[in-house]
Amino acid sequence: MFHLDWLNDRFLIAMIAILHVFINHGLAVGFIPYITWLEQKGVVNAGKDQITDLAWDKLVYKKMKVAFIITTTIGAMTGVGIWFSVALVSPASIGSLIRVFYWAWFIEWLVFVTEVVLILIYFLTWKNANTSLKAKLRHIKFGWFLSIFSWITMAIIVAILGFMMDPGNWNNEQTLINGFTNPIYLPQLLFRTPTAMLVAGVFGMLLTTIFAPKGSEMRAKAIRYAGKWILAWTPLVIIGAIYYWNVMPSAMKDNMATAVGSQDFAQYYNLLKYFIIGAASISIVLATFAWIKPKRINFAYVIVPCLFVFGFLGIFERVREFIRKPYVIGNYMYSNLLREEDYPLYKRDGILPYMTYTSVTEITEGNKIVAGKDIFMNTCSRCHTANPQGVNSITYVFERMYGFGKPLDENSMVAYIPNMHNGRTFMPPFPGNKKELEALVAYIKQLQQTGESLEGVQTTGVQINPLNSAASVSKKLEESAKENEKQLTQK
Amino acid sequence: MLLQINTPIPKDLPLDLPLPEWLLVTLLIVSFLLHIIFINLMVGGSIVTLWAQIKGLKNKEYDTFAHEIAKTITVNKSIAVVLGVAPLLSITTLYTIYFYSANALTGFAWIMIIPLVTIAFLLTYLHKYTWSTFENNRKLHIGIMALAVAIFLFIPLIFLTNVNLMMFPEKWGTVQGFLSALMLPNVFPRYLEFLGACIAVTGIFIVWYNNRKAYPIEEIYTSFTRYSIKKLGYSIATIGLSLQILFGVIVLFTLPSKGISYSVIGVMTIAGTLLAVALWFCYQTIVGEKDKIDLHFKKIALSIFAFMLVYGGSRQMYRHNSLEKHQELVADHTAEFQKLSKEARENPVEETIELEIDPSLGELAKGTAIFNQYCAACHKPNERLVGPPITEMVSIYKNDETGLVNWIKNPGKKRDDMPQMPGFPQLSNDELKELSKYILSIK
Repeated sequence: MFHLDWLNDRFLIAMIAILHVFINHGLAVGFIPYITWLEQKGVVNAGKDQITDLAWDKLVYKKMKVAFIITTTIGAMTGVGIWFSVALVSPASIGSLIRVFYWAWFIEWLVFVTEVVLILIYFLTWKNANTSLKAKLRHIKFGWFLSIFSWITMAIIVAILGFMMDPGNWNNEQTLINGFTNPIYLPQLLFRTPTAMLVAGVFGMLLTTIFAPKGSEMRAKAIRYAGKWILAWTPLVIIGAIYYWNVMPSAMKDNMATAVGSQDFAQYYNLLKYFIIGAASISIVLATFAWIKPKRINFAYVIVPCLFVFGFLGIFERVREFIRKPYVIGNYMYSNLLREEDYPLYKRDGILPYMTYTSVTEITEGNKIVAGKDIFMNTCSRCHTANPQGVNSITYVFERMYGFGKPLDENSMVAYIPNMHNGRTFMPPFPGNKKELEALVAYIKQLQQTGESLEGVQTTGVQINPLNSAASVSKKLEESAKENEKQLTQK
Repeated sequence: MLLQINTPIPKDLPLDLPLPEWLLVTLLIVSFLLHIIFINLMVGGSIVTLWAQIKGLKNKEYDTFAHEIAKTITVNKSIAVVLGVAPLLSITTLYTIYFYSANALTGFAWIMIIPLVTIAFLLTYLHKYTWSTFENNRKLHIGIMALAVAIFLFIPLIFLTNVNLMMFPEKWGTVQGFLSALMLPNVFPRYLEFLGACIAVTGIFIVWYNNRKAYPIEEIYTSFTRYSIKKLGYSIATIGLSLQILFGVIVLFTLPSKGISYSVIGVMTIAGTLLAVALWFCYQTIVGEKDKIDLHFKKIALSIFAFMLVYGGSRQMYRHNSLEKHQELVADHTAEFQKLSKEARENPVEETIELEIDPSLGELAKGTAIFNQYCAACHKPNERLVGPPITEMVSIYKNDETGLVNWIKNPGKKRDDMPQMPGFPQLSNDELKELSKYILSIK
């Protein structure tokens, strides 16, 4: 398995995904209507003999240029990056999802291709449209059309997120429809839409402070507009957030009694509450100030709220991810990428004989640590790092329980791990047998002592489980075929 | 060769393909074709821009030409990226374990694609939008493009290494990281053939781009004419096509034997012939008369397009041949595993944990053993560990054994500074009573 022992594998996905959400919400879904609105204001406010207020139009164009460059580079690549990183970190889950929801993604892809082409057209025809009023009005109309289109793209993606999050239905009904009918679909959409607008407004104001000449009338006007925009959307953000905040735990609880009930979730959830209140009030303060005293606003005033609303989106996504646990696909696959239905087999025989890559299949006193390492890789490494300095490292979580700096007690850990999913409901149950448990604990203990780290297959390569090599698999298959034949002839 | 000891047989996901295999293969080939055309334009366009701009140091017209091509790169790259998602989706659906295994084995390089390509894209914008800014510092400006080109030249190697590695499960056990996977046979010839294709496709694109009626050549250039630029485009295409044929032949001869069949060779030869046709007409155009510059355009474009389709098809045939046997083994192995898993599911082994009972403890023996097994991980007699010490429990539940039993059965969150206790559904009422008896006996 691919593994990053310092950064943490999940964290890699999270970083890429959250960056993508910022850009998608703030610079596409929210930003395009904001820009179109401003472009229209330029035409409305222009003198009779002008197509548009050219200096104003240039300012709006510059803002769009920034958004265009960012969305078509970082935005597009982080979108692909989600696929790349998930393929590395969580191949079994994304592979399963693709097998089932291929069409949903294929449709999303078609919509997405169209959106990119539309954005290219909108941006690249801007300057040519300034030659006649008719062309300019058509360009603005196109802007509104694009705004609606990118909103629809988001609405579809939220549904896709919805079906991935919908925990109860994987085993029954695997259709995209239950992404739309999911109890958190509508609240999510109602919350994401104004939030995108809010982020766009704050970011737009930030860009104004950079591009518009200090002290100019135009700058004051642009900042005031941004203030109005923010003030118009913030109440909807608050309403959407309250709605979502109230509906989420109960909606999720109905489907699974898992992470939602846990204390760690409650912590995140409280943090989200403060972020909602904080981001909303700081935006209102900024917007009101911008409305009354637009000339006083400068870069420094805007950057703080800007970071705040970004942080707010980040924590929101973190909470949304958390409710999946302990599953990665509800009631089907745990976050360690092992299917729930295979657990009895692993419990009976241990997991190592069934892993494709491990050097140990029979645990002895001599190979205990190596076995523990392979078990760690196969059952813990998706969320925990081995190296004590890593993010969410395994030694850190145990020391948090048993006291920092104290040597870990193997007996305690052996007794704790098989029960941990009862208390920490976001943890999947330990899949292996007793011997494997002891090997794992011995390895964790050694990690604490040596502080060593665990390298992923991208550096060390793989060791093929002798039971799962082509030679032994085909031998086994031949044997069982013979067995079947025997049984048939006996009958 | 396949059945050697170090060929791993992973298990596939026990889920059916969402579409019939032939349809997925068709979607893969067609969507990949669209993707690769724009990739060709992006990479080839950058190379041509860099070349023209260097030439532009002496002849200003080439600098203008470079600027015109540079403007198309940023558009083509956006389309290239978004078109790449569909083939990615299709190949992961069809060859899930193969593709993901190759990705993981070259993990760092694979994920580095994201930041590297992002940087290259930003560089192309920087380059495009600072054309007049760096009027007096042309070398620095060319340096920006050179950096972008270097990245664009490196990225295809990562992709090729991956799609190559996925075809050789027998090598997975020996590969250690990207560099060793890069050294597997056939990666470099395919890469060089690909670069040839980039240049060829870009050459044809230049011809088309400068042939559009609405494109005001006379306003843009002073000495270049529509004819001279189109001729330049054909010359670029000729160079690209020659490289393609040269390296294509090397690809064919260095192809590892495992997936080769007569039909693969046959289809690849057809593909090569199509290239030769395109090259012939390109050459005819360059040496031909001025008024016949457009005569062969359609033939050339069509034969290149047909080549891509046929060659793509032959690659798929080769991939299919190489993996067929392995896929059969994987399928059987998966079925076998599912059978075992089902058996185990239907006959669950009761988890009998043997308690270490010390008879000398008399009637507390069982309770002590249960405590040591389930509770001692978090609770100590006199001091706080994860949870409160036993003495504290005794002070709360003195003379209230039922209360303690109920708590252990269904614990809640009591203390702010300690984690919530897990429930113990596996313990029977009797066991819980024994346990409580023991706990309350501690003084």
